[in-house]
Amino acid sequence: MTDVLMPALSPTMEEGTLAKWHVKVGDEVRSGDVIAEIETDKATMEVEAVDEGVVEALLVPEGTEEVKVNTPIARLKGDGVTAAPEAQPGAPVSAPDGDRKAEAPASETQTPAKARANGAEPPEAAAGPPPSDPEIPAGAKLVRITVRDALRDAMAEEMRRDPDVFLMGEEVAQYQGAYKVSRDLLQEFGERRVIDTPITEYGFAGVGVGAAMAGLKPIVEFMTFNFAMQAIDHVINSAAKTHYMSGGQMRCPIVFRGPNGAAARVAAQHSQDFSSWYAHVPGLKVIAPYDAADAKGLLKAAIRDPNPVVFLEHEMLYGHEFDIPEVDDWLVPIGKAKVRRAGRDVTISTHSRMVGYALQAAEELAKDGIEAEVIDLRTLRPLDHGTVVASVKKTNRLVTVEEGWSPMGVGAEVAMRVVEEAFDWLDAPPARVCQEDVPMPYAANLEALSLPSVDKIVRAAKAVCYR
Amino acid sequence: MARVAKAKPHDAPGADRDLILGLYRTMLLIRRFEERAGQLYGMGLIGGFCHLYIGEEAVAVGVQSITGPQDQIITGYRDHGHMLAAGMDPKLVMAELTGRAAGAAKGKGGSMHMFSAEKRFFGGHGIVGAPASIGTGLALANRYRDNGGVAFIYFGDGAANQGQVNESFNMAELWRLPAVYIIENNQYAMGTSIERASSETHLYRRGASFNIPGREVDGMDVMAVREAAAEAAEHARSGKGPILLEMKTYRYRGHSMSDPGKYRTREEIDEVRKQRDPIDHVEELLRSKGMADDAALKAIDAEVRRMIADAAEFARTTPEPEAAELYTDVYVETAA
Repeated sequence: MTDVLMPALSPTMEEGTLAKWHVKVGDEVRSGDVIAEIETDKATMEVEAVDEGVVEALLVPEGTEEVKVNTPIARLKGDGVTAAPEAQPGAPVSAPDGDRKAEAPASETQTPAKARANGAEPPEAAAGPPPSDPEIPAGAKLVRITVRDALRDAMAEEMRRDPDVFLMGEEVAQYQGAYKVSRDLLQEFGERRVIDTPITEYGFAGVGVGAAMAGLKPIVEFMTFNFAMQAIDHVINSAAKTHYMSGGQMRCPIVFRGPNGAAARVAAQHSQDFSSWYAHVPGLKVIAPYDAADAKGLLKAAIRDPNPVVFLEHEMLYGHEFDIPEVDDWLVPIGKAKVRRAGRDVTISTHSRMVGYALQAAEELAKDGIEAEVIDLRTLRPLDHGTVVASVKKTNRLVTVEEGWSPMGVGAEVAMRVVEEAFDWLDAPPARVCQEDVPMPYAANLEALSLPSVDKIVRAAKAVCYR
Repeated sequence: MARVAKAKPHDAPGADRDLILGLYRTMLLIRRFEERAGQLYGMGLIGGFCHLYIGEEAVAVGVQSITGPQDQIITGYRDHGHMLAAGMDPKLVMAELTGRAAGAAKGKGGSMHMFSAEKRFFGGHGIVGAPASIGTGLALANRYRDNGGVAFIYFGDGAANQGQVNESFNMAELWRLPAVYIIENNQYAMGTSIERASSETHLYRRGASFNIPGREVDGMDVMAVREAAAEAAEHARSGKGPILLEMKTYRYRGHSMSDPGKYRTREEIDEVRKQRDPIDHVEELLRSKGMADDAALKAIDAEVRRMIADAAEFARTTPEPEAAELYTDVYVETAA
């Protein structure tokens, strides 16, 4: 007897919908037969049998949503040949191709629980705009939406508003986005405005820059910012410098966007935070939002901005739901940090996915009587250091958190600004929590060790409080 | 597919006298401008890198003579000639070379990075190969707007080996963009001859694997350039997609001002100068057709010399940018 388990179809999949059964009780299946279809918010996949035998029971009915990975979904009566004691999850047939998408199916021996050792997102209850958020108009209704859909809606709204806005990138059109951020945009706007490119980042980044110099407003999607390194020449040499080099004659209103930062179990070349790389460069604006409201409001602002904007999303946040105000034309100003949690004892400055970690760390610290103030930088260039400095003048302590490496990083810059402007207020040297100074390892335990964690943030905060 | 059509030396049947005189005048303007720029460089008035276009004048002048008001031009760092051919004021170009506030880029771009929104000149790019993909983006914008515009995209034989050039070819043909790629093959990428850098030295064939037609053109013959560019523009404008022109040309001066010139002989340069000079070629054409006599040519020469003298004087005396300009133009200002 063998259980067929709900498979993980991507490194970040935690649950899915069992859309369809292709077998019924009593059917004989052989290895390689398609037995079911599974849907996630990213993709639809077929599930192949790995074991052979007769279907004894279908444990999860067709149409069931939110089936957790590794849940038994069917039971096979084995013929003894493959009656392994441990069940094997089925392998997907049509997984999105290859490593480029960081979508390779989880290996059969890898237990998803372990695979996500580093991926435990803090509960969103701790995050999202608090009810008293001054940015949200009084009386505005809040709706739950994923970061993925917030980004999509931002693009769709701006494309409806301005015929010069268009989207280009790998798999943005027919495939509906490697991470489904561009879902349905092709259907609404057509292939003139939603353009699939070949896998040639350097070339299409330059094409985007040229279109922007000609007055259009391209959104260039990088499947991930890891691949944008092939295009970084155009981002910096062509986009960022043109306005200055031309004495103000040429503009380059372009948005380079896509997932940035640590993904899960994809190792050194597919898992890296480029925040400080881009934030170093004058001429660029650099945005790295955390929740859905900021993702939407800031992306809309970025598309309208007449300057080149690097918009750093986070793959691990795409599927997360947050409250977002239901108002017409939700915009969030570029260049303003946000105090996510007020506190008097220590300032935690961070951005992107690490905001959630910091908020969770703040909850932990509160149990020990330490009230942390969590600042979400949101925009890295221009950096709203004033908000951090004001906070440190109150708390007298600073911890910075980022997924990038510490040398020459965002935390280094934030801490320096605090030293420059609030030196006399500091009661302890600032501390940094960062990705360890190594390339991202593959092994689950090493990967978890290399990344910032709630525990590391708690320890750093206690250390600067001398506790 | 690639068409192999070597342009014949042109005797310009029916070509208009004023047109040819105009081409001659612009080529001479570029020649004299570049000679003076070299001189100012030697005097320390121009800094950094300075890449002269001497010897290659027929290419930019011939192509520019057939462009329309909705078309765009983009090139690399050897860009002075293209700007003058596009009609930019020599005073403002020279003042940019000397780093003055009145320069074409307020003194912030210098020799390699100049632009003119008015003349639809999109730079002036210092990164080898970058104009190919940025220019393809200009062509994409033309297609997007369906405005009938064609992007004229210049780069050199060295840039032709760049990956992004090939990436751009691929997209341009895939999307049938109105782009004319002009490879200025002056035989040397800095000091590396084309034979030492390119496995396929017939650069007009470089589009073949993307189904982009290509044509070899005598880039020392302005009338041949003009004719080839007109045909190419028609091809691109009519929706047939991109096309590639390999302009066989030659630069007399070094790659930049600091070129020791060890990679070729003085005889080689003199030979080209004597046999194939593009300005001499037009001058002969004008004389042999009876379109201009000594007096007419002398008058043009005097006019050009005066313009260049004025430009040099202006570039020398007009003030440097205000210190406050250091911080302007980093961003387009946005309302708070």
